Amino acid sequence: MAEIQIKNIAKRFGTYQALHNIDLTISDQEFMVLLGASGCGKSTLLRIIAGLETPSEGEVWIGGRRIDHLPPKDRGIAMVFQNYAVFPHLTVFENIGFGLRMQKMPNDEVTRRVERTAELMHIEQLTGRYSGELSGGQRQRVAVARALAMEPDVILMDEPLSNLDALLRLEMRAELKGVLAESNTTAIYVTHDQVEAMSLADRISVMHEGRIVQAATPVEVYRNPAERFVASFIGNPPMNFLPATPVKGGQWSVAGQMMDGPSANKALEFAIRPEDLKIADSGLTAVAKVVEPLGAHLLVTCAVEGHQFRAVLDSDLVVKPGETLTFAPLADRVRWFDPDTQKAVA
Amino acid sequence: MSEATVDAGPDDPRKAGKFVYIAAVVLLCAWVLVPLYFLLINTLSSPEAVNAFPKRFVPEFDLGSLTFFAGFEGMLVALKNSILVAAITMVMSITIGAPAGYALSRFDFKGKGLFRLLILLTRAFPLPLLALPLAVMFIRTGLDDTVFGLALVHTTLAIPFAVLITFSLFSGIPIELEEAAWTLGCTRLTAFTKVVFPLILPGITASAIFAFVISWNEVFAAAVLTIENRTLTAFLLQNLDTSPLHLKFAGGFILVVPALIFIFAVRKYLFAMWGIANR
Repeated sequence: MAEIQIKNIAKRFGTYQALHNIDLTISDQEFMVLLGASGCGKSTLLRIIAGLETPSEGEVWIGGRRIDHLPPKDRGIAMVFQNYAVFPHLTVFENIGFGLRMQKMPNDEVTRRVERTAELMHIEQLTGRYSGELSGGQRQRVAVARALAMEPDVILMDEPLSNLDALLRLEMRAELKGVLAESNTTAIYVTHDQVEAMSLADRISVMHEGRIVQAATPVEVYRNPAERFVASFIGNPPMNFLPATPVKGGQWSVAGQMMDGPSANKALEFAIRPEDLKIADSGLTAVAKVVEPLGAHLLVTCAVEGHQFRAVLDSDLVVKPGETLTFAPLADRVRWFDPDTQKAVA
Repeated sequence: MSEATVDAGPDDPRKAGKFVYIAAVVLLCAWVLVPLYFLLINTLSSPEAVNAFPKRFVPEFDLGSLTFFAGFEGMLVALKNSILVAAITMVMSITIGAPAGYALSRFDFKGKGLFRLLILLTRAFPLPLLALPLAVMFIRTGLDDTVFGLALVHTTLAIPFAVLITFSLFSGIPIELEEAAWTLGCTRLTAFTKVVFPLILPGITASAIFAFVISWNEVFAAAVLTIENRTLTAFLLQNLDTSPLHLKFAGGFILVVPALIFIFAVRKYLFAMWGIANR
């Protein structure tokens, strides 16, 4: 059992507060992705769990054991780094077996485990080579194999795919997911790539300015963003926002249109995903500005009463810049945010 | 290299450029190699041939001069002293310089920039300026005229280079390699011995050899601070006006050759000192 509990972790670098009192529980064998823009503190949090960084405050528990005062080697973790960190003076075999040798494991057991993980990562042909003779993708396979060979309770990954080219990343992503699902380890995966996060995660923790703003399943994060930041960060293109003014109990005026909404009595923001819009006879009136045919669909950037507004439409439609379109939002996909607290309003 | 395949006309400007290029290369090589060649000829010739005129252009392969050199009173002791001082300098400058280089590359501390500047500044004081106070201090402490005392001074001269070379070498090793080692069961110490040290070893060797050569070639401090226990450079300097020509040649040869070979062997690491990556 390797449940990870992060209790009230804060990190300050001088006067700069990198992490604000983070609380997070990651259950055993869960695949947790820390997602956020660069500088949001996601790598710092991961490095605190790994023991490569000391928290200014708070505790880290793994499997019911407090570990934040222990050196990295005593935490039962293994880590995969962004730039692979494959030891250049050792062969692939010795790289994968490095941690096992440090545990003074008998030779035949080391061989057995190295061969098994090498096979798992499809690098069994390369075990005699040095890192200088490997491609980036092969090095990352070695790095993952080296971590898996330790059979750790927790595997930590810091943007492991971001140095690979797009096609290789896609391939490795699917492979990682399969391998980790079989390994029964708890995984924490740091990335700034939302597609990677959505595809890999059991749960995503969206981080922003040193805080976790939402920790939920990928679908929940996508459909029901807890904060305006999440709505504007997740999704490509992200959600559209329009100011909304209350008319009477549960009735809202959005860009001159009447909409049903929450029964609040202050100005809110209306939000809708670009793909949740249908062309209709009545609805939001938008003037098309830029039309981008993307093959699978048509991305139209419009203006609704001066606010930028994007719609993802069927690629069969013909839309010209300057044309006026009328959109009907799917009623059950409309979300509302409080502009003062930035939180979602039900 | 590509010029060779081009069918160049007689007044091709590239041909003229190539000529200037080759001429410059030949000139620069001659600048360095001709004196060395004369040194070699005269060392490997009999004392009579060295003192005769006109000079020969091929060596006789006569060991007379070298035998005379070896038999000269005090010469072998001076040679031994030189080796001893250089060896001690080498060990001390690496044991002090390499940790400093590691600290500079791995840790952030207050005054790091100033520290780097200060390391270089040790080379800003001309040795003749320091010689007299040093001599007085050494006499008081009893370090004068000892191999160790001279090695101390040479270590001071060699440390800036040792720090800068190792700093650059350590910086060339990504910190992630150490971090990976820590997460794989290493302590700070075992991560160093198992990962950093094997990677840095060739560079450390180079830096050590460079320290050796600095001490080996140093003459001023050696001449001022020793009387009985002279090193080879100081001994040759002392006998410069009285010794015969063939002794000077042999001595020069013995001094130049090890330094040349060593520097040639470690040249790629010395570039590291100037921040040119050696990976």
